Amino acid sequence: MKPLPELVCPAGSLPALKTAIDHGADAVYMGLKNETNARNFAGLNFDEKSAAAGIRYAHDKGRKVLMAINTFAQGVDISRWQRAVDQAADLGVDAVILADIGLMDYACRRHPRLRLHMSVQGSATNYEAVNLARERFGVVRAVLPRVLTVDQVRHVIEHTDVEIEVFGFGSLCVMVEGRCLLSSYATGESPNTHGVCSPAKFVRWEQEGAATASRLNGILIDRYGAGEAAGYPTLCKGRFDVEGDTYYALEEPTSLNVLEVLPSLLEIGVAAIKVEGRQRSPAYVAQVTQTLRAALDEAARNPQRFSVKPAWQAALAKLAEGQQQTLGAYSRPWK
Amino acid sequence: MRVPDLTLPPLFASVVSRLPATPPNLALVTLLNQLLKRGVLPADMSLLAGRHFAVDVLDAGLRLRFGADDNGFVLDDGHAEPDLRFAANAADLARMMLREEDPDTLFFNRKLTIEGDTELGLIVKNLLDSVDWSETPLARFMAA
Ligand code: SF4
Repeated sequence: MKPLPELVCPAGSLPALKTAIDHGADAVYMGLKNETNARNFAGLNFDEKSAAAGIRYAHDKGRKVLMAINTFAQGVDISRWQRAVDQAADLGVDAVILADIGLMDYACRRHPRLRLHMSVQGSATNYEAVNLARERFGVVRAVLPRVLTVDQVRHVIEHTDVEIEVFGFGSLCVMVEGRCLLSSYATGESPNTHGVCSPAKFVRWEQEGAATASRLNGILIDRYGAGEAAGYPTLCKGRFDVEGDTYYALEEPTSLNVLEVLPSLLEIGVAAIKVEGRQRSPAYVAQVTQTLRAALDEAARNPQRFSVKPAWQAALAKLAEGQQQTLGAYSRPWK
Repeated sequence: MRVPDLTLPPLFASVVSRLPATPPNLALVTLLNQLLKRGVLPADMSLLAGRHFAVDVLDAGLRLRFGADDNGFVLDDGHAEPDLRFAANAADLARMMLREEDPDTLFFNRKLTIEGDTELGLIVKNLLDSVDWSETPLARFMAA
């Protein structure tokens, strides 16, 4: 049987990291407190001291720590990104997750023994792109954007030696990651430039009677009625007036959840399953990690008779954005 | 230990809202400053100084107000419009503080209202998340 995929969980803070490890994550991923990672939120992430403490905690328990340096180096001064790679290497992380090929080049020259993972922001959706990254920079793992069907993921895996990591749970980003500039139209900032697509300084939540309105730099994204579940104020999940009809024109607030297709993912040989949500709290990390750990172990024990337990679905449903879940692109039965 | 799902009776709120608010405010400010002094709360006060906060415990009819300066947390005269306001029922606030529930989850479910300066809200939320309770005697109260 193929080895069980690694469960890779988010850590936005030291307590979240410890929680992930304690609840069964095989690896955690973290970022530094600056724009070198795609969750550059005020007060989130690690400084050198907390990073060192987290790495020690994980390594003591035989787990791995990955450092996300997954935004694109901007402007004339790219030293901050290079320094982040140096810091990660010095701290002794198990791998860095990179998107910028210039930075991959820097990392493989400067730190030949540092494992390189290609970030989802690197936007590799086919095996030619993945193999090129291995050939040029020695990339050993690639995280695929959330736009491929299970069959397409299988196709990539069959044609590469690079380990393939896919998303298992979390808020859904509908774009081919790394190519979304939507938020730039509203705020001048986007994930690849500033590490965030709904920059907090542009977000306003307002009570309007029983309703809650969310605005991004003054632009109304959505208005949630009293009992309606809310989502993140990203442009892609806004309700828009399109030729007189007001609806979620691009995507509904929803979270990806792959439990249903877990046996297929095991069968095609994905190397790792990633949980989104470094911006979420330790409580979320605990609940998702524990649930996916149980599901993975069950699928490994009993691949033929695997069925999704209602308790797992209930635990994940509660955490989902807009309290809705989807298989996303993994399942396109019409295809 | 899980926080039970209950809402305080309206009578409770109507009594509490008539009590003077200073004692709870003072208790909260004192607690926060204690945590700050012991290094439990890893707050960068320069990010919070000069800002006004409100926490509304809806079913308790309790409106907590406080401010911050460069050295710590201070009582607030309550006249200034808060820069940041959190509002929820007591059980949900407790779940959030005890890490049984993620604030984003409560927010998506409309059980938590956050109003005002969103960036300040994130700073405060991430500050609470980064407290390592395992280093304190309070650890045994925490979920997980
Ligand atoms: S705006 Fe939406 S599609 Fe674009 S990066 Fe953000 S979450 Fe993804």
